[in-house]
Amino acid sequence: MVRYIVKRLLLMVPTLVAISIVSFTIINLPPGDFVDRIVAQRLTAGEVVTAQEAADLRAFYGLDRSVGEQYVVWVSNIFLRGDFGRSFRWDLPVRDLVWERMALTLLLSVSSLLFIWVVAIPIGIFSAVRRYSLGDYSATFLGFVGVSIPNFLLALVLMFISFRYFGQSVGGLFSPQYINAPWSLAKILDLLGHLWIPMIVLGTAGTASLVRTLRANLLDELSRPYVTTARTKGLPESWLIVKYPLRHALNPFVSDLNGIFVDLVSGSTIVAVVLSLQTTGPLLLDALRSEDMFLAGSFIMLMSVLAVVGTLFSDILLAWLDPRIRYR
Amino acid sequence: MQIHNSSTVGEAIDSAEGARAGQWWLVWRKFRRHRLAMIGGFFTVVLYLVVFFAEFLAPFSPDRYSAEYTYAPPQRLHLLHWDSSQGWFSPYVNGYKIEVNYEQGRRLFVVDPEKRHPVGFWVQGDSYRLLGIWQTDRHLIGPLDPAAPMYLLGADRLGRDVLSRTIHGTRVSMSIGLVGVGLSLFLGILLGGLSGYFAGWTDNLIQRVIEFLQSIPSIPLWIGLAVAIPAEVPPVQVYFLITVILSVVGWTGLARVVRGRFFALRTEDFVKAARLDGCSTLRILFRHMVPSFMSHIIAVVTLAIPGMILAETSLSFLGIGLRPPTVSWGVLLQEAQNIRSISTAPWLLLPGLAVVIAVLALNFLGDGLRDAADPYTV
Repeated sequence: MVRYIVKRLLLMVPTLVAISIVSFTIINLPPGDFVDRIVAQRLTAGEVVTAQEAADLRAFYGLDRSVGEQYVVWVSNIFLRGDFGRSFRWDLPVRDLVWERMALTLLLSVSSLLFIWVVAIPIGIFSAVRRYSLGDYSATFLGFVGVSIPNFLLALVLMFISFRYFGQSVGGLFSPQYINAPWSLAKILDLLGHLWIPMIVLGTAGTASLVRTLRANLLDELSRPYVTTARTKGLPESWLIVKYPLRHALNPFVSDLNGIFVDLVSGSTIVAVVLSLQTTGPLLLDALRSEDMFLAGSFIMLMSVLAVVGTLFSDILLAWLDPRIRYR
Repeated sequence: MQIHNSSTVGEAIDSAEGARAGQWWLVWRKFRRHRLAMIGGFFTVVLYLVVFFAEFLAPFSPDRYSAEYTYAPPQRLHLLHWDSSQGWFSPYVNGYKIEVNYEQGRRLFVVDPEKRHPVGFWVQGDSYRLLGIWQTDRHLIGPLDPAAPMYLLGADRLGRDVLSRTIHGTRVSMSIGLVGVGLSLFLGILLGGLSGYFAGWTDNLIQRVIEFLQSIPSIPLWIGLAVAIPAEVPPVQVYFLITVILSVVGWTGLARVVRGRFFALRTEDFVKAARLDGCSTLRILFRHMVPSFMSHIIAVVTLAIPGMILAETSLSFLGIGLRPPTVSWGVLLQEAQNIRSISTAPWLLLPGLAVVIAVLALNFLGDGLRDAADPYTV
């Protein structure tokens, strides 16, 4: 087990290097840089900007160096000092901007994951046991609809419904008075009160697909001889299902975990923009648009790292649950 | 399951003709039994017909605006009604009257049951070229008086017809799914095929690349790439670049499936025979191996299109995908971006319904195809 974990951790190193290269390449793709943007803004404001001033600005932001050099400086600062560079636009260290938002993204993803499990397991069991019943058909249909609605559309519809019929706006993760307040019990409760809408929006697609997987797996298991044996021994039906076939059928819940988690981190970007959550999404979009390269790059990198660590975690969990996996 | 091994076909083929018509006929037979898939297939065909005949089906051109009717709500189409000159079948729509809301300080349109604008089928309207060839001005449905307002799904902030724009948006949204999947498929077959055919270190390298691409969250990656498209790039190129961006991640899933199939087929006799005959690698890949799992590929591809459509819609909705002169469902949904415009004009969300229908139809179709792709098991 320890060997497996160490091996996986070592394999992560090249992945992390690749992630940092990809992130840095992406933020360097747009033509021009942040200084071009400042110059353009000053010119439209009627100010005169000399070439010398522009060059000074570039030197100040470290943009006069070659792309390779910029990359090396950026990455070595992250590794050596945990310094992600400076956000041009906010004029703050990136570090101060990202951590709280990353934590909220993680919180949102994990709570959506729990939501998916809590909802998908009972519905999946029901659909399999009461196969071809009205409930099964509606679960299947709702499942397909759930997969087919884009996240942002679901968010918009929920926003519209709660605005029109309940007279409240549902955007954000905090009530206005808590946005810049220090953390306290009241703020945490307020956060939990706001978290459920994005949680449902993000979790719907995953729930729908897990219900379908669980139903299919459980149906395979239910016709096995061991189930008949258990039944003839007189085990109560509900206990029988939970004790034997469900345990087999739950395997994909763990093995699909990494894919679902990556999707949640990824999907939260758009949902956060629509619902204006204080997670990574809106700030990332804004940073990319204004060519605030270190902020954008750090976000892309940290979200990828989050996804990769989540994958590692789920693989370890799977190896722990299913001893056959480890030796592959 | 090997498709070429006809001894496993069993009772499914009992005539010599069946043995020759073979696989595709069996696939169709199995597919037909899947009712939801048939319905999905029907809607998919309808949507692709809309792609070809958008100008004819839409009452107006997508850019026709009217400052008089901004945010006009949807009207009901009345079909049956007694008219002395036309008889019972004389469809019409009601006109609008304006109410001024002094509190909000703006005009509100209300459907006015007093006014009636007759509507006809096969009417003259904006002229266009059907399929890019025939010049005509006939539309399936439209007001008899071209200046009369007809907004069956309401109007947007410039008084453009949401129905016409949704119909025209079908063209871009449905085709971007096909083009994107086509590109992903090419990359997937090529790289997945090479991976499965050569095995060894080629396989290892390609698998690591796939794992890497699948392990990073796709939407931040897409956003990063899409933002990099300069603002002055012409619409056609934006369209092409967006499909390329979507395929960057899209090919990985297809490559996995292809590789798995190749591993199964690599040791088959007919592949060995082709190799001994001195066929080139690419020829063996595309002429011998690909046809034998084509049905699986079609199923997987069908299931990949919805993802592409959703991705395009999401990117365009964020304002970094396709851009306004282009009309796609995502571009239309951009109008419904904030709670203020949705509460003024909830019908701006209707293009989203088109997205849901398209994705649902393709998912059902793909599900049925996947079941039917292997017609030899029950």
